[in-house]
Amino acid sequence: MPDDDKTVPESAEDVTEKNPAVTAVATEEQQAPEPPPGVPVTIDGTLVYADKGELLIEAAERVGSHIPRFCYHERLRPVGMCRMCLVEVDSGRGPMLSPACLVECTPDMKVETRSEKSLKAQDGVIEFLLVNHPLDCPVCDKGGECPLQDNTFTFGPGESRMVEEKLHREKPIPLSDLVLLDRERCILCDRCTRFADEVAGDPLISFTQRGVKTEIATFPDDPFASYFSGNTVQLCPVGALTSKPYRFRARPWDIESSESTCTACAFGCRIAVQSSGRELIRYLGVDSDPVNQNWLCDKGRFSYEAINNTDTRVGTPMVRKHGELVEVSWGEALAAAAKGIKDALDRHGPSSVGIIGGARLTNEDAFAWAKLANDVIGTSNVDCQLDDGLPASVVLGLPRATIDEACAAPVVVLLAPDIKQELPVLFLRLRGAVLSGKTKVVEITPAATSLTPLAATTLTYRPGEAAFVAAALVDDAPAEDIGPVSAASITAAREALKTPGAVVILGRPSTAEAANFVADAALVLNARLPGVKFLSALRRGNVHGALAAGLAPRGEGLDTGGMLRAAASGKLAALVLLGADPATDVPDASLAQRGLAGAGFTIAVESSVRASSSRADVILPAASFAERSGTTTNIEGRVSRVSQKVTAPGVAWEDWMIAAELAGALGADLGFETVEDISAAMGITEEASHGDGTVGAPLVMGNASELATNTAIPVPALDAYSLRLVSGRMLYDNGWSVATSPSLANLVKPVALRANPRDLERLGVTTGAQVRVSGAHASFVVTVASDPGVPLGSAWLPVNVAADDARSLIDSSSPVTDVRIESV
Amino acid sequence: MARFSANNLVTAQAIIARYPKPRSALVPLCHLAQEQDGYLTDDAMEHIGELIGCTPAQVYGTATFYEMFKLHPTGKYLVGVCTNISCMLSGAYELLEHCERSLGVSVGGTSADGMFTLEEVECSAACTVAPAVQVNYRYEENVTPESFDALVSQLRAGTRDDIPPHGTLARVRQTPTDRWANSGQTGEHIA
Amino acid sequence: MTVRTDLPKIVSARWDVADAHTLDGYLRTGGYEGLRRALALQPNEVVDIVTGATVQGRGGAGFPAGNKWHFLDTAAFPHWIVVNGDESEPGTHKDRTLMERDPHQLIEGALIAAYACKASQVFLYVRGEMAFAQERIATALNDAYANNYVGKNILGSEFSVDITLHWGAGAYIVGDETALLESLEGKRGMPRPKPPYFPAVMGLYMNPTIVNNVETLSNLPWIMVNGAEAFAAIGSEKSNGTRLIAVSGHVKRPGTYEVECGVVTFREVFYDRSLGGGIRDDNDLKAFIPGGGSAPWFFEEHLDMPLDPTVVGPAGSMLGSGAIVAMDSTTDMVRACWRLVKFYANESCGKCTPCREGTSWLETILARIIEGHGRAEDLDLLLDVSDNISPGPFPGPNVTPGEAAYAPFPYKKTTICDLGPSVVSPLMSALRRFRPEFDAYIARNPRKLISVTAEVPAHA
Ligand SMILES: Cc1cc2nc3c(=O)[nH]c(=O)nc-3n(C[C@H](O)[C@H](O)[C@H](O)COP(=O)(O)O)c2cc1C
Ligand code: SF4
Ligand code: FES
Repeated sequence: MPDDDKTVPESAEDVTEKNPAVTAVATEEQQAPEPPPGVPVTIDGTLVYADKGELLIEAAERVGSHIPRFCYHERLRPVGMCRMCLVEVDSGRGPMLSPACLVECTPDMKVETRSEKSLKAQDGVIEFLLVNHPLDCPVCDKGGECPLQDNTFTFGPGESRMVEEKLHREKPIPLSDLVLLDRERCILCDRCTRFADEVAGDPLISFTQRGVKTEIATFPDDPFASYFSGNTVQLCPVGALTSKPYRFRARPWDIESSESTCTACAFGCRIAVQSSGRELIRYLGVDSDPVNQNWLCDKGRFSYEAINNTDTRVGTPMVRKHGELVEVSWGEALAAAAKGIKDALDRHGPSSVGIIGGARLTNEDAFAWAKLANDVIGTSNVDCQLDDGLPASVVLGLPRATIDEACAAPVVVLLAPDIKQELPVLFLRLRGAVLSGKTKVVEITPAATSLTPLAATTLTYRPGEAAFVAAALVDDAPAEDIGPVSAASITAAREALKTPGAVVILGRPSTAEAANFVADAALVLNARLPGVKFLSALRRGNVHGALAAGLAPRGEGLDTGGMLRAAASGKLAALVLLGADPATDVPDASLAQRGLAGAGFTIAVESSVRASSSRADVILPAASFAERSGTTTNIEGRVSRVSQKVTAPGVAWEDWMIAAELAGALGADLGFETVEDISAAMGITEEASHGDGTVGAPLVMGNASELATNTAIPVPALDAYSLRLVSGRMLYDNGWSVATSPSLANLVKPVALRANPRDLERLGVTTGAQVRVSGAHASFVVTVASDPGVPLGSAWLPVNVAADDARSLIDSSSPVTDVRIESV
Repeated sequence: MARFSANNLVTAQAIIARYPKPRSALVPLCHLAQEQDGYLTDDAMEHIGELIGCTPAQVYGTATFYEMFKLHPTGKYLVGVCTNISCMLSGAYELLEHCERSLGVSVGGTSADGMFTLEEVECSAACTVAPAVQVNYRYEENVTPESFDALVSQLRAGTRDDIPPHGTLARVRQTPTDRWANSGQTGEHIA
Repeated sequence: MTVRTDLPKIVSARWDVADAHTLDGYLRTGGYEGLRRALALQPNEVVDIVTGATVQGRGGAGFPAGNKWHFLDTAAFPHWIVVNGDESEPGTHKDRTLMERDPHQLIEGALIAAYACKASQVFLYVRGEMAFAQERIATALNDAYANNYVGKNILGSEFSVDITLHWGAGAYIVGDETALLESLEGKRGMPRPKPPYFPAVMGLYMNPTIVNNVETLSNLPWIMVNGAEAFAAIGSEKSNGTRLIAVSGHVKRPGTYEVECGVVTFREVFYDRSLGGGIRDDNDLKAFIPGGGSAPWFFEEHLDMPLDPTVVGPAGSMLGSGAIVAMDSTTDMVRACWRLVKFYANESCGKCTPCREGTSWLETILARIIEGHGRAEDLDLLLDVSDNISPGPFPGPNVTPGEAAYAPFPYKKTTICDLGPSVVSPLMSALRRFRPEFDAYIARNPRKLISVTAEVPAHA
């Protein structure tokens, strides 16, 4: 597969530079009678029509006059402090040195970016920056891709006149577990600090001291623990900020790079995947305007460690012999897998075969597997979700909004889990939209989220009551309290929703509450809010592509919960785990255990050893992210490319190829020789999936307005001794990518149960105390934390962070899970 | 004790109430904390952050910008000798050397008895009565080696109650008053 | 030629009244009469009066107060008045005295400004190190609040305004109005770039804001009582009224004096018996700073120049904050210049690269020269580093007396605020005029220092 090499950024800095179309017209050619719209400005003798309010530094770029800069970054508020961009500007009162990053183009402005005075000023700034900057380029990670080095070469003085001793500082110092700071190299451009404050909302780093003693620091013993800290490393124009995983790992000139799409979550951030030798060494954010706008979360950015982690990867097919998994050839493994499936088909028919997983596949992989399931095996028991999502008909059947539409909507209704934990860069986009004053947020959530401080109204409901709350929002009758949701807050939310054009961000707010309630809530909003659109908040990498490709139960087919229940009662003769680990990922841990134990012949198509696959009869090694090419589909339905950069370990294959070969072993032919064959069959063209990719027409499955609402499902009453469980996912959990990335693994926080202070008071416990929490299947001791964001009567516990967490308590046979808490 | 005491918390809240936005109270609250503890402790910075709605890093970053906030204990009396131009022309450097000898410390140091911390400071706005020395920000004008030594003896003897211990900035505060703008008079609350 | 003694004292009239800082003392001496007069007029009429009086800003930039108020969008809600009491410019000693000795006059001035500008709140930003001024103003404010001069429905009128006393914490740069606003927002006092952040448009909390100096506002009560004509009748045509000057350094009678704007000459400042009273020990005057540490130096040949910005500016310097510092023939110009350079290096906020790195680089070079490790090429290096902070020609009088200034004031800059180029003022002044003294240092053995001053003067 060819890489998209033309668009590949060469360095961290390049990734952030945009390259808008040139609309420059040379002065002498300017005879056209109708001047183009805009502000006429002459830059280095070339007339350009700038947009109203456009900054000079941007307009100059368009006529090919690159003005050097350090502090300026188009995604950050300009501060004009490095003074590198000084150029001579004549606004009618004679030429004056002005910072191009602050000056807006005004009519008939004349600019000389390379005049003698401009060059002297630029020269001077470089010299000043080098006064206290160590000349350790040969050992600096940034050497070779350093804007300071490059600008020194292009704009700087030839030699140093500085004979004084430079300032020395202890270095490097850790800002967090992931980011280190070399204060001697820092040129105080304010990029990291502006990012932390303006974009991430985590102002945990600041300038400290003053003048030449100024330095970046955290508060003592309070690290820069931001989910977005890695962006500061990419923003740093020198080698002052380095990430622990990357430090000293590579030299920029050895780096190969290709553009791809991150699949750590379903947001679809555009990235540059970089390798050195045979290893992945870095992901950089690419500035995709409709999607991630340059940013990445740290989980996505550093998850390449998991792919590099050969200790946990599977590279060879394995078959269970005499109770032990033994490495075998592909031929033997495929034969064994085919036999297992065939036996099940022969003895119990297609409905005894189930396929769980597929959300980590590419669209092409998913398409091949869907075809295998449908045309060859003939089963409808296929589900890429792990009982933690929403019905495919709801995800694919509601009118769809793009990310940009959501961020420009007057009101965003969040009926979703904490998006900072699950779709971190969507959180950044929404945070930006709220702060810009464009968007108001109304939250329908079982517990306060990271967006709550910015929300206009937050309705914290009791699990099971989501649909009632949604119905109340679109009702005309006087508002009434619904459990912990007050009538006043409903009235306030109604007020906000009066402006048409709302976008609902729809996910599964808590896996301890049945999906039906949430689906019903969405359907009510769809029916009653004129012009409403939906943006999915399902988080698994390519869940939207997999659903669209058909990895969803059809007709009478079982979903993951159904398959596990069938397996538990001995009714699933063959189970394929397609990159899925129900043992750790299905909300109801007990069901997962019973299902996996009761399943018949089990085939795991896996790229690393995980809890569920260790039980399998056959393991088929699959290539992972960055080891294969294809496309992926994000939450808004945008199809963009993922590319291969390194080779998979051992003899691992791409998933589509495994499907094709398995079909062959079953005596069928899927008809694909290459991944391009599949793209062609899917109608995905190279151009459409290039760069930012394209949002295709919504793949509507059924008609949402015809979907039945189940508001009638009875919600069990909450007894006075119990609290209703809310389960929350954390960005850093024991999932595969975090657990096997050494730098991320120790960021997993210990479990704490959060409950309303008044409930805790009733129980006579305070923050930090130990309590015993008991559910239908389990009982264990946890630490409690008081949290007014959890409504009265509820208890919040995370999932997948410890052996005993919300998953041990969730009982998926009941629409909600109630737990009891006693102090110990 | 490093977070605000109950009394100081009341004062802190009154100070915050005087500004349209709580963060404006950052510097005055740092003074209050320094008055309470003699220097600005980490706990106090965290408490201030909580009160005005910003991170400890923001309090720390702001506090370290300003000369007057000391992140470590100082002597009971902070002696600031101005050596800027007018004082220098009137012999401030010679005076500073005398102070060093007399207190037995070099600039930046604290005397062995913990009484005095000596600083060289920038123009104190006492240029016409140079050289000037500030002790805990109280002025001594036209200071001579002799008058300096006399001052030191008085401070040691505890006969200068016009000079409170380090940290106390002003002994008279603006009395807590509700801003009339908060009383709804302006029709709009200032966000 | 002598200094007029028949002039009214406008801002320092009460300095000799022992209890002028109390409300009683103030009222007894005509206090709050200006406010009453203002309240009887419409706000725009008050603006017109102040505009008519041409009160040039006394904080340094010299922009007339009334004109500044015209830029304010008084319809925007809210908008603010901020009083700049951060006085820290080397040589300046007047705002502190005004605040300590006549705090009610400042409060009254601020109230008049707030009424004229329809401001909803006034912030009195007082330099942190001025504990006594803080106490005096706090007392005065409490009394003024208690007696309905400040607060709700002032003196029974419809006019309500709050005054908040704010403390600084030690940073010269906070004197710059945009840095002052950042500081007042609870942030690091780093200046904002102008454009776009002009306080009158985007000031405190990004609302329109007027920043005025303590002395500027202290003029207003007198103007309201005596009228703009009376004020304009004092001083020269362009420079109305009086101003406070702090005369320090090598004069016999250092002190803060109120003098007539645009009329009194530097010679009078130094030699008149009611003012400086002559140079110390009757030495010759070697150089003098006409307007604070940031001003390029003047010399003997400028003595007959009046204190008028329209004369001083073209000659290459400024009157700035009214700080006049005399240096007599015994002064070591290398050390004098180094001390001022060191001040700017210490006080640079660190925002702009040229200022942050340049000021301390210059200081290091000068310190090295003084320690006896200078090199011949250092002087050109000093000049060129300066040029990268303030692209030349740098303002200042010609070394050859009688020739035109190298450039008129103000300086050009590669920085955001004027602190950066200010470092060049002492350096360029000393280097242009006294280069041989630098050469001598460079030629000298290491470690042999000479003292900059004669002995400590006897206690006055
Ligand atoms: C570095 C710097 C320091 C300044 N320091 C002061 C000061 O201490 N006091 C002051 O009133 N103005 C100071 N100014 C001037 C202010 O920016 C502003 O012009 C002044 O407060 C406006 O008041 P006025 O118009 O009444 O003079 C300073 C300016 C700069 C650039
Ligand atoms: S010129 Fe100096 S003091 Fe002024 S903003 Fe720039 S760095 Fe700060
Ligand atoms: S890029 Fe304009 S000042 Fe830094």
